Amino acid sequence: MRYSATIAGQVFTFDDLKQVMAFASPARSGDYLAGVGAATAQQRMAARHVLAETPLKQFLSEALIPYESDNITRLIIDSHDAQAFAPVSHLTVGDFRNWLLSEQATTEALTALAPGLTPEMVAAVSKLMRNQDLVSVAKKCSVVTRFRNTIGLPGHLSVRLQPNHPTDDLRGVAASTLDGLLYGAGDAVIGLNPASDSMPVLGRLLHMLDEVIQRFEIPTQSCVLTHVTNTLKLAEAGAPVDLVFQSIAGTEKANLSFGVTLELLDDAYAAALALKRGTVGDNVMYFETGQGSALSANANFGVDQQTCEVRAYALARRYKPLLINTVVGFIGPEYLYDGKQIIRAGLEDHCCGKLLGLPLGCDICYTNHAEADQDDMDNLLVLLGTAGINFIMGIPGADDVMLNYQSTSFHDALFLRQTLGLKRAPEFQAWLQRMQITDAAGQLAPPSANRLLADMSGLTALAP
Amino acid sequence: MSDPVTPNPWSQWRSATPARLALGRAGAGMPTDETLRFGWAHAMARDAIHAALDVDALEATLNAQQWGTMRARSRAGDRTTYLRRPDLGRQLDPDDAERMRNGAKGGCEVCLVIGDGLSSLAVARHAAPLLAALRSQLPADTRFSPVVIATQARVALADEVGELFGAALSVMLIGERPGLSSPDSLGIYLTHSPKRGRHDAERNCISNVRPEGLPCEAAAFKLAWLMREAQQRGLTGVGLKDESDLAVLGQSDAARPGVAP
Repeated sequence: MRYSATIAGQVFTFDDLKQVMAFASPARSGDYLAGVGAATAQQRMAARHVLAETPLKQFLSEALIPYESDNITRLIIDSHDAQAFAPVSHLTVGDFRNWLLSEQATTEALTALAPGLTPEMVAAVSKLMRNQDLVSVAKKCSVVTRFRNTIGLPGHLSVRLQPNHPTDDLRGVAASTLDGLLYGAGDAVIGLNPASDSMPVLGRLLHMLDEVIQRFEIPTQSCVLTHVTNTLKLAEAGAPVDLVFQSIAGTEKANLSFGVTLELLDDAYAAALALKRGTVGDNVMYFETGQGSALSANANFGVDQQTCEVRAYALARRYKPLLINTVVGFIGPEYLYDGKQIIRAGLEDHCCGKLLGLPLGCDICYTNHAEADQDDMDNLLVLLGTAGINFIMGIPGADDVMLNYQSTSFHDALFLRQTLGLKRAPEFQAWLQRMQITDAAGQLAPPSANRLLADMSGLTALAP
Repeated sequence: MSDPVTPNPWSQWRSATPARLALGRAGAGMPTDETLRFGWAHAMARDAIHAALDVDALEATLNAQQWGTMRARSRAGDRTTYLRRPDLGRQLDPDDAERMRNGAKGGCEVCLVIGDGLSSLAVARHAAPLLAALRSQLPADTRFSPVVIATQARVALADEVGELFGAALSVMLIGERPGLSSPDSLGIYLTHSPKRGRHDAERNCISNVRPEGLPCEAAAFKLAWLMREAQQRGLTGVGLKDESDLAVLGQSDAARPGVAP
């Protein structure tokens, strides 16, 4: 269907809703790389005018990627909850933005609405939002998940401890894990990106992280981030798998390029649930996403990269994940060019994911060939902290020595807690206090020869 | 006045990893010394990305090693375009392609391309030593193309160059995306029957070539092994597993001590 707007005597026309969405996006290098970005600033604003007047319902009848050719579209349409959608079903996208910002959109109302929203509706409304809108709407959303602790409570912030090592050296991984725990990080997950794809190496890493968690009775979970098929094999072989990880994207073709199908994820979810390793809940999946992945797999179908990203959340939603992490600045400047684009994308991803009912975290990060630095990370950190993000990354000194990019550090998490008064997952906080790593108020205690430090060298996994 | 920096008593773990741990803290923040160290590392990485390759100097070094050279540019006219448009970095500038077509006579076995990629520092430091080490590993009568020094280049640029030279194999040496602790990593990509449109699964990659990672001698050994196998089996990519690994892995690990960040 064609769309048009007349603004100040100028007529702007658009081929279809997909083009309206792409042109309405803030300028973004990945959309230009894909050839779908607006040609002029006025064309961009005209597209936003059109979008503001488009009924939300239109997204249920005009699929951006055809129903017949993409199973993510089918998932979105087939799982749409019309009853949950009812309270906003009469609104245009522009009206929906007003409603989201209004006092009527309470935390309870937003929680009830989530199953009634499709990723395209959510992406559309985010394109009409300023950064402050993305913060204030996300702040009202609350998504709480549980495995061995409780993540996402209002006023709380968790941290994924990422102890990567360039050669997966167990002692090196243990060193970074110790560093993070002694800084009070690791309540979201102790999650390692292995350099290796070798099953014995992956198994050793899983056993070591499990030993750390068991020996010190830490109310948290571990994850070795490898392809879901590897994790399933490891679990079958008896390796201690807590969470099942997979990178996902927003189209069937992009997921295929990751070696992932719906059937495979369904099986993985069932297998993870059957392990029953959670103690306080059964959110067992961990997903990572990021704008640009569909295009880099040549599988974006002319859809803008932000909408593709939000469609990945619709896939994640099916599996009630414990954590979902948008790795916002990792993929490079051809998708998000600079600090401004990275910050905007991080806020969009977080807000859109939360509106769909997902426990969004963010790897606030950049590569050295992007026009960004640690100041940009600080800005996004404070914004996402204010917006109520479920978790951020904790990496020694913010420098990942395996993946060669910069993220947020254990110190950054301390800064954010201190500045915004955010607490750790309650079970994890109680543990830190028991271990005398922090005081009762959650402040780091003076460093001393505590048990963790003394006993870390004695891990069986580190024995020669 | 007591020291405002709280030290971390677990600094002995630093030797286990190049990660930036046991940094201490000033309140919640990084101590000044670490802020400066991190900033310096970032400055090195940034300069590595934006520094233009000194083609004259590289050419002089290669000529002194008896290599013939040829210059080429991609269609990405400048660094900004290069970073935003990977597709343009994969294609030769039309004039250069024409020149190369005219210059290539009768094909060659191995087409050598040096691309600046994301770190000209890596190229300036390691490309010539690597080629010298490689030559000593290959038969003396190996027919090489001139070494094509390409600027604003992506990996796949070597496909077009290799096609123009009618080469059986292309070897692309290219500066990798720099990390803070590795601003000068060289990557090597080997492609059998290079031609436009080859995809990444059809190549073999050797990465992290630098003294603190995989040293040039070890990388050249690995590359020569892969080149021989590729020639014999008529393919590169996922179908060609690097089984030289056992021979060089020990060397590569030994070259990775717990470097202080």
